[in-house]
Amino acid sequence: MNSQKMISTRDLTKTFGDFVAVNNITFDVRQGEIFGFLGANGAGKTTAMRMLCGLSIPTSGEATIAGYDVYKETEKIKQNIGYMSQKFSLYEDLTVAENIRFFGGIYGLKNGEIKARSRELINALDLNDQKDLLVGSLPLGWKQKLAFSVAIFHHPKLVFLDEPTGGVDPVTRRQFWDMINQASEDGITIFVTTHYMDEAEYCDRISMMVDGYIRALDSPAQLKKQYNAESMDEVFYELARGAKRTE
Amino acid sequence: MSTLKYLLQKEFRQIFRNPTILRMILIVPVVQLIILPLAADFEIKNINISIVDNDRSVVAHDLIEEIKSSGYFKLVNYTHDYQVAFSDIESDETDIVLEIPDGLESDLIREQKGSLFIAVNAINGTKAYVGGAYLTRIITGFNQDIRAELNPGNNGASIGVAVINWFNPLLNYQFFMVPGILVVLVTMVAGYMTALNIVKEKEVGTIEQINVTPIRKTHFILGKLIPFWVLGVFVFTLGMFVVARIIYGIVPLGSVFLLYGYLALYLVAILGVGLLISTYSNTQQQAMSLSFFMMMIFILMSGLFTSIESMPRWAQWIAALNPVTYFVQVMRMIVMKGSEFEHITRHFVIMAGFAFVFNVWAIINYKKTS
Repeated sequence: MNSQKMISTRDLTKTFGDFVAVNNITFDVRQGEIFGFLGANGAGKTTAMRMLCGLSIPTSGEATIAGYDVYKETEKIKQNIGYMSQKFSLYEDLTVAENIRFFGGIYGLKNGEIKARSRELINALDLNDQKDLLVGSLPLGWKQKLAFSVAIFHHPKLVFLDEPTGGVDPVTRRQFWDMINQASEDGITIFVTTHYMDEAEYCDRISMMVDGYIRALDSPAQLKKQYNAESMDEVFYELARGAKRTE
Repeated sequence: MSTLKYLLQKEFRQIFRNPTILRMILIVPVVQLIILPLAADFEIKNINISIVDNDRSVVAHDLIEEIKSSGYFKLVNYTHDYQVAFSDIESDETDIVLEIPDGLESDLIREQKGSLFIAVNAINGTKAYVGGAYLTRIITGFNQDIRAELNPGNNGASIGVAVINWFNPLLNYQFFMVPGILVVLVTMVAGYMTALNIVKEKEVGTIEQINVTPIRKTHFILGKLIPFWVLGVFVFTLGMFVVARIIYGIVPLGSVFLLYGYLALYLVAILGVGLLISTYSNTQQQAMSLSFFMMMIFILMSGLFTSIESMPRWAQWIAALNPVTYFVQVMRMIVMKGSEFEHITRHFVIMAGFAFVFNVWAIINYKKTS
């Protein structure tokens, strides 16, 4: 295995009946990279991401995550990744502290470790006054920041973020990206999907999915040059307008 | 194993924070156990009767008095015209019409025989059947009295039958119903709540978060089943040793230990059903509909309200494949008859089979990956 590659896929495909959701995608993500996974709604991003997380078994093709095979070693993959889904998925009827403790516990962290890291995390998020409130009562921006912190609480090698900033205000989005950069500096590889093109600019490299295919893959600067565009918005528009699938 | 500790901690916190669940396990069993046994009473009283008296003799008068004093009948109409009585049936004001023909008394005296006519409104089959039987019994008794009176010397030989009602000497219907209804309550609490709880995680999306963690499938399932197993035991205890004892004065004749042994096994089977329902549903609405369907069959085909022996053969097969059937039987056997383990060994084996099949099926069907 090449330790430089955190994700490596070859012709990865997922079909549902006649529908080819993800069509022969091949790409690598290097360790420590912030990788933007872009595409219009229905392009197949979430399906691809679910395969990479071990939630969905590919129809064909190959992929390794942190060196583990997505067919045979899904449980090992799960030990090494974090995941933040599109839907908010912490327990709304548990408090901030209880959610952190629960997710720490099921990743097998020791009790003392959980306590120390919780204190650190609650301080970092400035949630000391809210730590005994039910998560359901927090504003969305805080929930998203908390969800991200919980997703990397067990110090995974790689974290998958599925539209983490959907519906969040610009200030919070900015803070959220500060957290992502911090995690990246700490050595966690970031795999993120988004519809905000300003966020795409923060990524080291991005891929564009259209109708199940990866149509472009490069750094934001290179892509703009290649498509002779001023912004990522234009690049996105150029690539996505040919899409046949829309939702 | 420490994963399981965190899972259980989370489940119990969520359960005790949910007012609906608390109400369901505390109030619902008490209220249902108080109301249902009183309403689900098969003893038939207040049967409305219309009497068409064409004879107007002393014998006819005595017979009517006999019927009125039996306590089962309410005389709604006393008439001399059958058409009037028949219109009472048509308007549902009466359940039974007894017609006494002209010349009953003289026939009895001269020919030593007489005949009566009974017409029954069979819209409510049970009431009609039981009412008809009561009336026939009263007339038979009356008949014997008359024979004794008319032929004092020729009493003839007759067979006297003495009946002893074992295990429920007063034929108290509640002694029969309360243990059975308790089974239904435990089934609903354990089955419904497990199914809904797991499906809620699917619906809200938290199950995705669980599925990307290295949690083992069996740990996750145990984390879901153990809390509801505990709740099931709690509801049973509340029903059996608080409500049934205080309100109905029911004290199990048999071993309490045996009763709990069977409950423990039964809950595992029913939790398996709940788990199975959850693996086939994606929303709480689907789970509710599916559970409702299952519960209807489970309850109506369990011999709780109707006797399994009098069902058609195909229905008896359904009853035999229904776990509720066995627990209702075991409850009645242990509580009312004081049956021992050797009497219910077969029930234990069958329930163990149910527990195994439902749980294995559910575990196979529960997938972390799709």
